[in-house]
Amino acid sequence: MNWDWTVIWENIPKLMDGALLTLELVLFSGLIGVLLAIPLALLRVSNNIWVRALPYAYIFFFRGTPLLIQIFLVYYGASQFEWIKESSLWPILREPYWCAVITFGLHTAAYIAELLRGAIQSIPKGEIEAAKALGMSYPKMLRRITLPRAFGIMMPSYGNEVILMLKGSALASTITLLDLTGMARTIIARTYTPLEIFLAAGVMYLIISALIIFLFRMLERYFNRHQHWPNEKPKGLDSQLLSKD
Amino acid sequence: MNLKHALAGVAVVAATLTAPFSMAADKIRIATEGAYAPFNYIDESGELKGFDVDIAKALCEEMKADCTIVAQDWDGIIPGLMARKYDAIIASMSITPERSRVVDFTDPYYSNSLIFVAPKKSKFSPEKVSGKAIGAQRATIAGQYLEDNLGDKVSVKLYDTQDNAYLDLASGRLDAIVSDQLPAYDWLRSDAGQAFEFKGEKIDIDDKIGIAVRKNDKLRQKMNKALKAILENGTYDRINAQYFPFSIY
Repeated sequence: MNWDWTVIWENIPKLMDGALLTLELVLFSGLIGVLLAIPLALLRVSNNIWVRALPYAYIFFFRGTPLLIQIFLVYYGASQFEWIKESSLWPILREPYWCAVITFGLHTAAYIAELLRGAIQSIPKGEIEAAKALGMSYPKMLRRITLPRAFGIMMPSYGNEVILMLKGSALASTITLLDLTGMARTIIARTYTPLEIFLAAGVMYLIISALIIFLFRMLERYFNRHQHWPNEKPKGLDSQLLSKD
Repeated sequence: MNLKHALAGVAVVAATLTAPFSMAADKIRIATEGAYAPFNYIDESGELKGFDVDIAKALCEEMKADCTIVAQDWDGIIPGLMARKYDAIIASMSITPERSRVVDFTDPYYSNSLIFVAPKKSKFSPEKVSGKAIGAQRATIAGQYLEDNLGDKVSVKLYDTQDNAYLDLASGRLDAIVSDQLPAYDWLRSDAGQAFEFKGEKIDIDDKIGIAVRKNDKLRQKMNKALKAILENGTYDRINAQYFPFSIY
């Protein structure tokens, strides 16, 4: 076994390009995921079984099937149908990039929705009752109380989900995308140095994970800032309420 | 029971005990890909079939070896050999200088050239490729040819298997693929390949296909001897005729 450091240095720029694409995929799919997850989770906590059924089926499907199958279904599956190829969706679906973003977005939305549902249901009843007692409308209560509280509660596990998605994004390499994994595999196909290049790629994934963990620490502090009082004083509150006695 | 019978009994037991050990010396594990019809593929019953597999079996018979043939994903096939997961690769692998740095090759057992495949109704021509999307399998001669010769003119798409490249040619995401000529010949004859044809002349790249073994493994000489034998005794021609109406050696 002779270890080849030069092959790593030579290919760092290419791997960086791949890492950039990986970051993009995680970011865009994460955005789609959160936007979809909010309505899904709100429907999911409904008391009406028929309203609950649709998000339940969605979550059941996306959590119960492998991401690889989902990405193959979207990328190779959709292209089997003539009517999809003739529809206005085709310019988007023919691009592997958008297939990956859409699949990852739909996939992570299912997980985030389930996290958000758990968070909404674990908000102390008293807080919701207080909001109602103050006469808040449903949208206002969502905006001011329910969602901010739920985000605070779910933030640690959501960070976890983003890291899982980061690793799942390696599957983009199966549909011709040159993400970090795809780039590493393409380099290895030439140099036959799997250990060196996969080690370099692995280190890059670690660095990205560390950045994500750090980012979510910050977000957690932001959403749960009321718990850090009195280090951070709430803004816009009557100063008399803040006096110690 | 007299002494003579007892001794005979001991001999039988000894023979049955040692038999597996003496055979173990000739146990050879061979890897192929299983996604490269008609050379190696997995049939409906889940068995490995194809030209490579038939050649492997003929060689094993010639060497009187006990062989197991396993399927292994293409881009991990050389690392697997080096990690001693198997002893030889008979998977239509081209002999290249890059590969020869890490593995040893036997004498070639067939030769191959590259060719463009595109839809019959498309006006695609290998002379005018600028801006086109062209696919090939990752970590193959076709993939390297594409990257080296057309990498700056076309959008290169690399696939994990040849089958996935065909799927995307059929979906219209690709304008053409560059492929090894012989498997493409086989695909064009299949139902899925009816709407496609070869475009332009075949690209001769002096592509010889060999069997890969670990560096300095004595298996190489044994394989070469067996290969020579099946070429001389007609076994090779018989296998060739099952797949192609012309000689591919």
